[in-house]
Amino acid sequence: MSGKTLYDKIWDAHLAHEAEDGTCLLYIDRHLVHEVTSPQAFEGLRMAGRTVRSPDKTIAVPDHNVPTTQGRENPDQMPEDSRIQVAALDSNAKEFGIHYYPVSDVRQGIVHIVGPEQGWTLPGMTVVCGDSHTATHGAFGALAHGIGTSEVEHVLATQTLIQQKSKNMKVEITGKLAPGVTAKDITLSVIGATGTAGGTGYVIEYCGEAIRDLSMEGRMTVCNMAIEGGARAGLIAPDEKTFEYVKGRPHAPKGAQWEAAMTWWKTLKSDDDAHWDKVVTIKGEDIAPVVTWGTSPEDVLPIDAVVPAPDSFEGGKAGAAQRALDYMGLTPGQKLSDIEIDTVFIGSCTNGRIEDLRAAAEILKGKKVKDGMRAMVVPGSGLVRAQAEEEGLADIFKEAGFEWRMAGCSMCLAMNPDQLSEGERCASTSNRNFEGRQGYKGRTHLVSPAMAAAAAVTGRLTDVREMN
Amino acid sequence: MQKFDKLTGIAAPLPLVNIDTDMIIPKQFLKTIKRSGLGVNLFDEMRYDRQGNEIPDFVLNKPAYRDAQILVAGENFGCGSSREHAPWALLDFGIRCVISTSFADIFYNNCFKNGILPIVLPQEDVDKLMDDAERGSNAVITVDLESQTITGPDGGEITFEVDPWRKHCLLNGLDDIGLTLEKAPSIDAFEAKMSAERPWV
Ligand code: SF4
Repeated sequence: MSGKTLYDKIWDAHLAHEAEDGTCLLYIDRHLVHEVTSPQAFEGLRMAGRTVRSPDKTIAVPDHNVPTTQGRENPDQMPEDSRIQVAALDSNAKEFGIHYYPVSDVRQGIVHIVGPEQGWTLPGMTVVCGDSHTATHGAFGALAHGIGTSEVEHVLATQTLIQQKSKNMKVEITGKLAPGVTAKDITLSVIGATGTAGGTGYVIEYCGEAIRDLSMEGRMTVCNMAIEGGARAGLIAPDEKTFEYVKGRPHAPKGAQWEAAMTWWKTLKSDDDAHWDKVVTIKGEDIAPVVTWGTSPEDVLPIDAVVPAPDSFEGGKAGAAQRALDYMGLTPGQKLSDIEIDTVFIGSCTNGRIEDLRAAAEILKGKKVKDGMRAMVVPGSGLVRAQAEEEGLADIFKEAGFEWRMAGCSMCLAMNPDQLSEGERCASTSNRNFEGRQGYKGRTHLVSPAMAAAAAVTGRLTDVREMN
Repeated sequence: MQKFDKLTGIAAPLPLVNIDTDMIIPKQFLKTIKRSGLGVNLFDEMRYDRQGNEIPDFVLNKPAYRDAQILVAGENFGCGSSREHAPWALLDFGIRCVISTSFADIFYNNCFKNGILPIVLPQEDVDKLMDDAERGSNAVITVDLESQTITGPDGGEITFEVDPWRKHCLLNGLDDIGLTLEKAPSIDAFEAKMSAERPWV
C-alpha cells in the first residue's frame, strides 16, 4: 500500500461517519461566516427550530458589503440593503452566540485575513466558509474550502459536511524565483498553465523549494487562488515558518496544548511514497512577473508579452478569447506594457496583508501616482491597517497619492460603492477579472502588489523589474 | 427541497465557456436576505441594457426560450464565486437542469441542494444537444433521472452518470440536514474522541 498525502491524512483525521454507499461526513473544526452568504442559512435554522451545534467553532465578520470609508460605524453610511444584511449578521451572531468582529472592532477585516490573524486557523484543521477563497487557509496545512449557503446551514446545524473525497494533485515549483517575481505570479502562472478547470475534482498540494521559500503571507496568496484553478482546495505542508506564525496568536494553543499540537502538526506532510493522481511541475526560474489580459484568470501572460490573437486558441476558447478582447478593448499584437490604466486597487484576501503593502510601498517610496489616476489601498484587516500606519507605509501611500481606506473586500467584488465605472481599466491585486466583477463593464488586469504600484506610477501596465 | 424525477421542456443554448457565477447573478443582487425573487436578474448583464431594457439577442429574451427549463452550456459552467444565489436565480427563473461538459465544483454541489440537476456529458453529446436546443420550442428535451437518460427531439437517447446518493436525495426531495442529524450519535462519538486527541481544536 502506498503512503498518504497530506490531504489524505487530514481527511482521515476528520472522517466522522462513512455510510455503506461511501457518503462521508467530514467534521469541521472552524466555520467562518460573513454577511452575504449566511442570512438564508440562519433563517433556515430558525425555521426548522435548530441551533448552532458548536458556536465556539464558528466565527463571523462582515466584510463583503461594508463601506471602507471613515466613520462607517454609522449605519447611515450604508445603503439600505447592505445595512440590513450587516444588521442581520450582527443579530444572528448575538442570537446564536458565535464569535463576532463587528465593523467597529479593530480586528474586523476580510474573513480570510482575520481567521489566520487571530489564530483561528491552525495546521491540520478543516476550515470552511461560504466563500470560494477559503482555500487561503490551506497555507497552514489546513483543508479549507468554500461552500454554498445550504452547506453553511448544514455546518451550523451539524458541524459536519457531506463530502466526497477529491483526488490528489501535486503542484511543484522547483528552484528559486527570479527577482521581481512574487507569490501572485506563481499562482497566476499555475492557473495559466493548467487552466481554470485544470484542478476540478482535485485538492492541490503546493510544494517545492520556491514554495518553501515563501513567507506565510506569500503562501496564503498562492493557496487563495487554488479555486481559480478549479481545485476544491489548495494546501501547503506546515513547517517552522507556519509554527512561528501561529505561535502566540490569540486563539492558538498555549503551554502543554501547544506541545501536544506541535507533535501532531509535525506529522502533517505527504509521505514519500504517496500516490498522486496528477502532477504539475513548474520551474521557479521560468516564472515571470505576469498580468492577465482577458476576463478569466487563466488569461495570463508575462508582462513583456503581447495581447494574443483569438485564432491562436483552440475550440471554444477562440470564441471566448475574442469576446474577452472585445470586452477588454484590446487588440492582438498590442504590447501588454503599453496598456494604459485608470485605476489601481491594492487589497483583497489575495494581497491585502502587511507584506503585500510593504512590497507596494517599496516601489512607491518617493514617487507619485500618475496625474489623473485613481489609486486606493484597502488593507485586509484593521490590524493590518494599524501595523502599516506604525511602519510608516500608510504615509508612503498617502504621499504618493493613494487613498488609504478602512478594511474590507471593497473593489475586489465591488458590492460596496468602491467600483469601476463603465470602460474604466484597473490594475488590481485581487483574484478575479470576470466581466463586471469590479463594476459594470469595468476592465480588470490582475497583478501582484509590486506590479500594481508600478502601474500607479507610470499609468500603464509596467514591468516591475524596470522600476528603480 | 423540490423533487426532481422527470423533466420535459425547452432547452436554451448558451455556448459560452467559463460562464461564472458573477455572470449568472451579479453581486448587486446578493444583498438580499432571501432565497427567492432572483429569477428576473438571472444573467442580468447579458440580459438587460443599462436602462433595464431587454437585449433582444440574448437567448432567454427570445420568445422561443422564455420558458426554457433546461440550459445547455459550454465547459466549466458556474466557476468563480461560491454564491448559492446562482442556483437560486436559475431555479427562480424556471431552470431545473443544466447540461455541460464540466462544472465548477461548488456550483455543482449547490445545484443538488436546490433541486437542480447538473449533467456532465462528453463534448459530442453536448454538441448534439446544443444543436437540438438551437431549434427552440420545436425541440423539447426529456431528462429522466430515474433511468439516467436524456431523450432528444428526434427520439435519440443519451445516458448520463450521477452519484447514487445525490440521485436518491434529488428523486425524493430529501433534506440533507435532517438526514445528517439522524447520525448525531456518530458525530457525538467523533467529537468526544477528537477532544481527547486534539484538545486545542
Ligand atoms: S476579498 Fe474578494 S475574494 Fe476575498 S473574500 Fe472578499 S470578495 Fe471574496
